[in-house]
Amino acid sequence: MTDSKYFTTTKKGEIFELKAELNSDKKEKKKEAVKKVIASMTVGKDVSALFPDVVNCMQTDNLELKKLVYLYLMNYAKSQPDMAIMAVNTFVKDCEDPNPLIRALAVRTMGCIRVDKITEYLCEPLRKCLKDEDPYVRKTAAVCVAKLHDINAQLVEDQGFLDTLKDLISDSNPMVVANAVAALSEIAESHPSSNLLDLNPQSINKLLTALNECTEWGQIFILDCLANYMPKDDREAQSICERVTPRLSHANSAVVLSAVKVLMKFMEMLSKDLDYYGTLLKKLAPPLVTLLSAEPELQYVALRNINLIVQKRPEILKHEMKVFFVKYNDPIYVKLEKLDIMIRLASQANIAQVLAELKEYATEVDVDFVRKAVRAIGRCAIKVEQSAERCVSTLLDLIQTKVNYVVQEAIVVIKDIFRKYPNKYESVIATLCENLDSLDEPEARAAMIWIVGEYAERIDNADELLESFLEGFHDESTQVQLQLLTAIVKLFLKKPTETQELVQQVLSLATQDSDNPDLRDRGYIYWRLLSTDPVAAKEVVLAEKPLISEETDLIEPTLLDELICYIGTLASVYHKPPNAFVEGGRGVVHKSLPPRTASSESTESPETAPAGAPSGDQPDVIPAQGDLLGDLLNLDLGPPVSGPPLASSSVQMGAVDLLGGGLDSLMGDEPEGIGDTNFGAPPAAVTTAAAPARLGAPISSGLSDLFELTSGVGTLSGSYVAPKAVWLPAMKAKGLEISGTFTRQVGSISMDLQLTNKALQVMTDFAIQFNRNSFGLAPAAPLQVHAPLSPNQTVELSLPLNTVGSVMKMEPLNNLQVAVKNNIDVFYFSTLYPLHVLFVEDGKMDRQMFLATWKDIPNENEAQFQIRDCPLNTETASNKLQSSNIFTVAKRNVEGQDMLYQSLKLTNGIWVLAELRIQPGNPNFTLSLKCRAPEVSQHVYQAYETILKN
Amino acid sequence: MIHSLFLINSSGDIFLEKHWKSVVSRSVCDYFFEAQERATEAENVPPVIPTPHHYLLSVYRHKIFFVAVIQTEVPPLFVIEFLHRVVDTFQDYFGVCSEPVIKDNVVVVYEVLEEMLDNGFPLATESNILKELIKPPTILRTVVNTITGSTNVGDQLPTGQLSVVPWRRTGVKYTNNEAYFDVVEEIDAIIDKSGSTVTAEIQGVIDACVKLTGMPDLTLSFMNPRLLDDVSFHPCVRFKRWESERILSFIPPDGNFRLLSYHVSAQNLVAIPVYVKHSISFRDSSSLGRFEITVGPKQSMGKTVEGVTVTSQMPKGVLNMSLTPSQGTHTFDPVTKMLSWDVGKINPQKLPSLKGTMSLQVGASKPDENPTINLQFKIQQLAISGLKVNRLDMYGEKYKPFKGIKYMTKAGKFQVRT
Repeated sequence: MTDSKYFTTTKKGEIFELKAELNSDKKEKKKEAVKKVIASMTVGKDVSALFPDVVNCMQTDNLELKKLVYLYLMNYAKSQPDMAIMAVNTFVKDCEDPNPLIRALAVRTMGCIRVDKITEYLCEPLRKCLKDEDPYVRKTAAVCVAKLHDINAQLVEDQGFLDTLKDLISDSNPMVVANAVAALSEIAESHPSSNLLDLNPQSINKLLTALNECTEWGQIFILDCLANYMPKDDREAQSICERVTPRLSHANSAVVLSAVKVLMKFMEMLSKDLDYYGTLLKKLAPPLVTLLSAEPELQYVALRNINLIVQKRPEILKHEMKVFFVKYNDPIYVKLEKLDIMIRLASQANIAQVLAELKEYATEVDVDFVRKAVRAIGRCAIKVEQSAERCVSTLLDLIQTKVNYVVQEAIVVIKDIFRKYPNKYESVIATLCENLDSLDEPEARAAMIWIVGEYAERIDNADELLESFLEGFHDESTQVQLQLLTAIVKLFLKKPTETQELVQQVLSLATQDSDNPDLRDRGYIYWRLLSTDPVAAKEVVLAEKPLISEETDLIEPTLLDELICYIGTLASVYHKPPNAFVEGGRGVVHKSLPPRTASSESTESPETAPAGAPSGDQPDVIPAQGDLLGDLLNLDLGPPVSGPPLASSSVQMGAVDLLGGGLDSLMGDEPEGIGDTNFGAPPAAVTTAAAPARLGAPISSGLSDLFELTSGVGTLSGSYVAPKAVWLPAMKAKGLEISGTFTRQVGSISMDLQLTNKALQVMTDFAIQFNRNSFGLAPAAPLQVHAPLSPNQTVELSLPLNTVGSVMKMEPLNNLQVAVKNNIDVFYFSTLYPLHVLFVEDGKMDRQMFLATWKDIPNENEAQFQIRDCPLNTETASNKLQSSNIFTVAKRNVEGQDMLYQSLKLTNGIWVLAELRIQPGNPNFTLSLKCRAPEVSQHVYQAYETILKN
Repeated sequence: MIHSLFLINSSGDIFLEKHWKSVVSRSVCDYFFEAQERATEAENVPPVIPTPHHYLLSVYRHKIFFVAVIQTEVPPLFVIEFLHRVVDTFQDYFGVCSEPVIKDNVVVVYEVLEEMLDNGFPLATESNILKELIKPPTILRTVVNTITGSTNVGDQLPTGQLSVVPWRRTGVKYTNNEAYFDVVEEIDAIIDKSGSTVTAEIQGVIDACVKLTGMPDLTLSFMNPRLLDDVSFHPCVRFKRWESERILSFIPPDGNFRLLSYHVSAQNLVAIPVYVKHSISFRDSSSLGRFEITVGPKQSMGKTVEGVTVTSQMPKGVLNMSLTPSQGTHTFDPVTKMLSWDVGKINPQKLPSLKGTMSLQVGASKPDENPTINLQFKIQQLAISGLKVNRLDMYGEKYKPFKGIKYMTKAGKFQVRT
């Protein structure tokens, strides 16, 4: 006697038979028939044809039958709207039933029927039910408003249901409050602008009271709602925290995580000096640890959230490393997350333990996990410097196991270790080379080739090794091909005599036989460099590489803060703000952490040394291979070019030029050898490739093309120079007029002066002196006016400056007082120098430094400015700024706005970090500056404005 | 909120679907099947799967995937906790939660699911309340229903729905009033090669079976409540009392429930009651390896360690094992390479051991990975953390209940690396 009998079908046709049974006179038979219909529905069979017959069974006093019919209606009403009308009368009648269960059931079911005509009839009963004397009916009705809103938002607003719903927040029954909050939250999600959940201290108090008494699910709704509230001061924040903390001991993990969210958010407002702050930190750890003993799927969500929490407040879990140790029968998704967090928590104190664990993991069975464990060892080495040596020896041990994928993975991370600690561990190269043959994965091959190229001078048979790779050049992946090309060029530059043939071979393979434009372009660039100026080539190719630092996969601070507001949601699982992935992106409200209150700001300590772990969309430790071409073009080529930097074309144009012109010169009149390096000319096959490229491309010499390209990218043109202004009018200086400006060219500052003699007598014996000033600017050489200045004569000269003079803070900061003497008198004037002449060339901060520094500088040092009417696009703005030594460290697109993260350094070593927000089509930029010496911000802003507007 | 629920069996058939809002086509499960295929084992299917328009959250229990479909930003833990609740409810209603049982009771299942959520919002998830709304099937009731034509749907509003103690129904009556508490502790530990502890922690729970008439108000106190600094309570526990007096004060739900779960991670409090001595060697050249393990008691507080089983996943290169146990029985599955040894009780005078040889693939190199040994055991009448209940008092009712308390320690995830 089980329900499975409902699945047995007869030959005659199920529907036909059911129809007959539904119309039977016997109640029992009817009910059995409806059950059969429901059973078919649950397995996805279409039984909508029975609609009229089922609806006929609706009028009954048998509650079970009624419920079953309702179930059916909810599923099929939409497909049979006309028929569904038949049910309306029964619904309306049921809404008046003396039994609250039936009233609630009717209003609940009606809300689920998404048919307009029924919705119209719903309004009156719903209004009554919202004010029903029975709380069970009220709480059901509250949810029904959300349902109705989903079907017809306008109707809900017109009928004033939203206000009634808001009133329910003050209901006496906690369950009703919870459901009202849930309904309002759902409605608010689709109506971000409407001020539905307008929380004030009174309503917050109501919610907090209801929080203690309602069901676990209600607690989740209320906590999530609380998280959106912005307490007015730290005292209110603390009192909310105190009342939320008991939720951390709830058995339902969703309640716990929602409580963690509220606490993490409001903690932001508490002063770190407060005893309570410390207590709260301590209270947060145990519940998070407990989540990890739950079922694996709960663990997974918890781990993704802990990953965020650890980045925001590493101190919470810093002593809990062991709970993240991996058990061998954890599901793979849990293992990988744990590993990630282990690395984030790794520090000098626990590194020994971590390494021992990682080594253990590297011998496990699961290949993916083993790979990640090996990588993790490398990341530990990069993160905790003291452990580097131990990590390297661990990696060597692992290489000795000869397990293929372990070896490959180890080589990839050793490459990164070499970059972080150059000239320290090269002794292991020999061991690496032994494993050359076993490498079959592109990433490992590329890493090995990079190592061979980078240390070619120390590897005796580097040429043989690279040659062996070259044999199968065309079968390699692009990554390997590019790396091989670069490595061989490096080798050639280091050992030119023996490797000419090799380099020619690779260049011709890359340029002639490859279809890959990246590879071809890079080949041509190398070829041109080598053929025109081997010295420059050496400078470019063997340039010192910037060190890689720490971790790269930290989530950007702004994004991290936003994600903290989304703890416990899908956004926290994906580590993306909801608008990046939630369906339709129905205007999700941008959430941000509350600002710390003024009293506490000064105590922000720079201890939040962030840890990291990789996730696919974060930048790699070393720029992806594809970026290298870009890097190459961006390299600073040293002294400015004397050639005419006329009409620097766009980058694409430059690339075409390079191709066309490059081929041209390679193919030129001297088929046997260009320049001193004597390269064989590429064979005829190239002509075909060259032909289309040459169309329309101006043919000019390769050299100037190449430089034109670089200047197009914009590293060489030097800082912006303001037009000269009159500093000392003739009237005030007995006929001497001085106008001038400041320039910065390749690291040196100079004052360009124009002296005009408007007096009637000859002027001689010029001298200049500066008063002490904020940045120690001083003339680096005496003012040299060679000939006496006769009346009406003008002389232009450039006075080199340095910044080693005495320092005194001036008001304004960039004020410079100057004394000029001539044979007539001594004159004084003061001028304001634009701050950007003080921006030094090595002002590009590395990404991680940037992230860490940005976090480190207290928020009160942040200044925001508007740059108005600046019709530039992001690209040009960035290039323009770069030529004045404001460097773009990273770029991100947030909701259609471009965010440029920039850094600059002043001559006295002060770093200024900037976030420039550019909205396409909006000529007003927003500039946020952060600097340890906030008084420079105003002037940096002015510099920005000057540079961008000229 | 939660849109739909699909139940999928291990062969990939959707055998039940329930929608709380509009109907979501079951083709959405194709994304789930894809993920399932990628994950070689059912346990490894990721719990959150994005699809272009929906998100699929799943749990795998009793060889069934419970897949919830959501469309908007919903806290995933909320969904997963709800799915757990569904599983628990089925188990509670039908004794077991399996595909045939669900199919047999499909209408009840459907009615229950309808009561659990409304428009995706949880409505009634407490089993007490659900059971009043939809009566669980019993053989007797089925027979009675068929004869009398009465229904298994309650037509009264469940009393617990709105009271401040939603977990307890009113009008409970028993002739024998009894309250039993089981303190069960599981030790999760990783022991390294040399026998030292890498991590060890205790997951403890106090499960209760309370059958008391009326509205009893209980207090439970401990000899050493300080052990419990990381606890999760059943909603019935008054948190304030715990904070101030370290006493559990509560009006219990009727029947079985988990009063509290706790976590002890301080290393010095976690005693490891057994040790494993092992010597496993794969010799490089010959095709024979040696295998020997011995299990012995350690810090077991004088109690007998029983129900001991040892399992280990041997490396692929092991073709077969020829072993002799000093006690118990053992099996080795040459296909899955799973060795399992059912030891039974440990007699401290004569320690159980299992030794013999392994035949390895000829010519193959030494296996890369070392097998991990998984241990199961039980110790009756002992809570390894030392937790002890002091007394249980009842207020609010006049009768004298029968009280009982039981302690037990078990191995949780207890792993010994070799």
